[in-house]
Amino acid sequence: MSAGANLKWEPPVRPEYEVPLASPQAVAAAGIAVPAARPLGTIERLGQLAWLRKTILLALIAVLWEAMARWTDNDLLLPGFLQTAKALVEGTLSGELPRYIGVSLWVLLQGYLAGVAGAFLLTTLAISTRTGRDLLETLTAMFNPLPAIALLPVALLWFGLGKGSLVFVLMHSVMWPLALNTYAGFRSVPETLRMAGRNYGLGKVRMVTDILVPAALPAILSGLKIGWAFAWRTLIAAELVFGTTSGKGGLGWYIFQSRNELFTDKVFAGLGAVILIGLLFENVVFQQVERLTVRRWGMQR
Amino acid sequence: MNVLPFQVVQNEPLLRARGVTIDYQSERGTVRATQDVSFDVWRGDRFVLLGPSGCGKSTLLKAVGGFIAPRAGSLQLDDKPILAPGPDRIVVFQEFDQLPPWKTVKQNVMFPLLAGGLGGKKIGRKEAEARAMDWLARVGLAPFADAYPHTLSGGMKARVAIARALAMQPEILLMDEPFAALDALTRRRMQEELQGLWEASPFTMLFVTHSIEEALVVGNRILLLSPHPGRVRAEINSHQFGLHSAGGTEFQATASRIHHLLFGEGGAVEHDEHAVAVQS
Repeated sequence: MSAGANLKWEPPVRPEYEVPLASPQAVAAAGIAVPAARPLGTIERLGQLAWLRKTILLALIAVLWEAMARWTDNDLLLPGFLQTAKALVEGTLSGELPRYIGVSLWVLLQGYLAGVAGAFLLTTLAISTRTGRDLLETLTAMFNPLPAIALLPVALLWFGLGKGSLVFVLMHSVMWPLALNTYAGFRSVPETLRMAGRNYGLGKVRMVTDILVPAALPAILSGLKIGWAFAWRTLIAAELVFGTTSGKGGLGWYIFQSRNELFTDKVFAGLGAVILIGLLFENVVFQQVERLTVRRWGMQR
Repeated sequence: MNVLPFQVVQNEPLLRARGVTIDYQSERGTVRATQDVSFDVWRGDRFVLLGPSGCGKSTLLKAVGGFIAPRAGSLQLDDKPILAPGPDRIVVFQEFDQLPPWKTVKQNVMFPLLAGGLGGKKIGRKEAEARAMDWLARVGLAPFADAYPHTLSGGMKARVAIARALAMQPEILLMDEPFAALDALTRRRMQEELQGLWEASPFTMLFVTHSIEEALVVGNRILLLSPHPGRVRAEINSHQFGLHSAGGTEFQATASRIHHLLFGEGGAVEHDEHAVAVQS
């Protein structure tokens, strides 16, 4: 028989005690110092800034690019960063680039709004009737995987060589992902919130505007973001392929034309403009909207 | 609605449930939630529906709220049948997401006032704001009027929901296990505060809980329901108990009587974290 099996661990009975609660002032008066948080060093503080870290990364990439260009030493194949920046600035100052960008953005805006309108119509149908739901599920399953650009030949047949066909493909690229996201957002609104809305006697329309849309806003915003990126991509591609069709060319046409004329630095400047505009919308427009809404409400981090 | 002085003799109950049978559809077919349940709630009652899970107490409350239509039987409020949800029966839910996160605390309290009006009449934004601030002050949340719900603790969210409901001055306040998601200390505090609000200006309340102690402390009359399906087991008076009678012998006796009624002789030792805790 081992000793351990018979051992009983009896904890000792200790005396009780109470401590009167001292106020913070009393604690301070008694000289019990609360250690202050250690201040961050300059480098640590700078390291906290995300934009700074990203800018440094971008600068490194630019240096690498410039080095590559100098090493290959062929303007036609790979113009350097400085040369591209120069083309970008010159194009902007001469008003050539802004004109092309303006044309692109104007078409984009029309197609985007048409797509948003279509998506909201479709989701409204989907949440109010079962047929609408079936329709949305079927149509999105069919058309969401279909690249918008693949529809351009058909669009050209239907709407001719003009803005109409571009707006059509843009609408197609925005509508399905947005409808899918919005619908998913509506469906994930908590049952309690719906019941609370019905409890106050909200009608069908106010139920959508006052409960469903704000509650689904994170999903709707992400749908709008995806839709915007898809539309921008589709537009540039469409202009590259069929740029001449719209009479006045857009940014894609500028890129295509510059390549034809072997202005490779302008090609890169055009690509840079595409990237810059994309970043601008993502970081300024959408982030601002998110900061003022879903993040402020604690619905998204 | 004017608050009636409580000495007034009432000859009609406010809420009348008669032979209420509720079925709901599940994946395995139709499930009976409650069967032939009848009870009366009078003005000024703190009427508790008490029973283990599966006794249909929440379903019953949602039927009174107008969210579920009974399969048989009738529910009448002030002699009018209950057909749909309405602002005369405001529900306080258990879930914290009952507060729209995009509205501040004050806007949350104002929202139903602006949407549903007060006693069937539309009221202006100014009046709604004044009422909201008044009720927020009563639950001690006036300093947080402009905070968003996600910055509040669970107990504070429950307070906002209660203020929002009471600001509407509903005919009857429906509370669906409002404190079940709170920790034990906060729950006790909320029970005290609810008691205080009721004493300051009495209202009628239908309160669902699965805690015997909470039922005895919060309610003045308790309807005991047996599970699968929910049937009436007993109706018990608890007006004599308050928050400070929890340790008393009479309280303990009633609690164990309820326990016997719900779980039978053998079930008395069945461990339940919400069963009456022996307090000194």
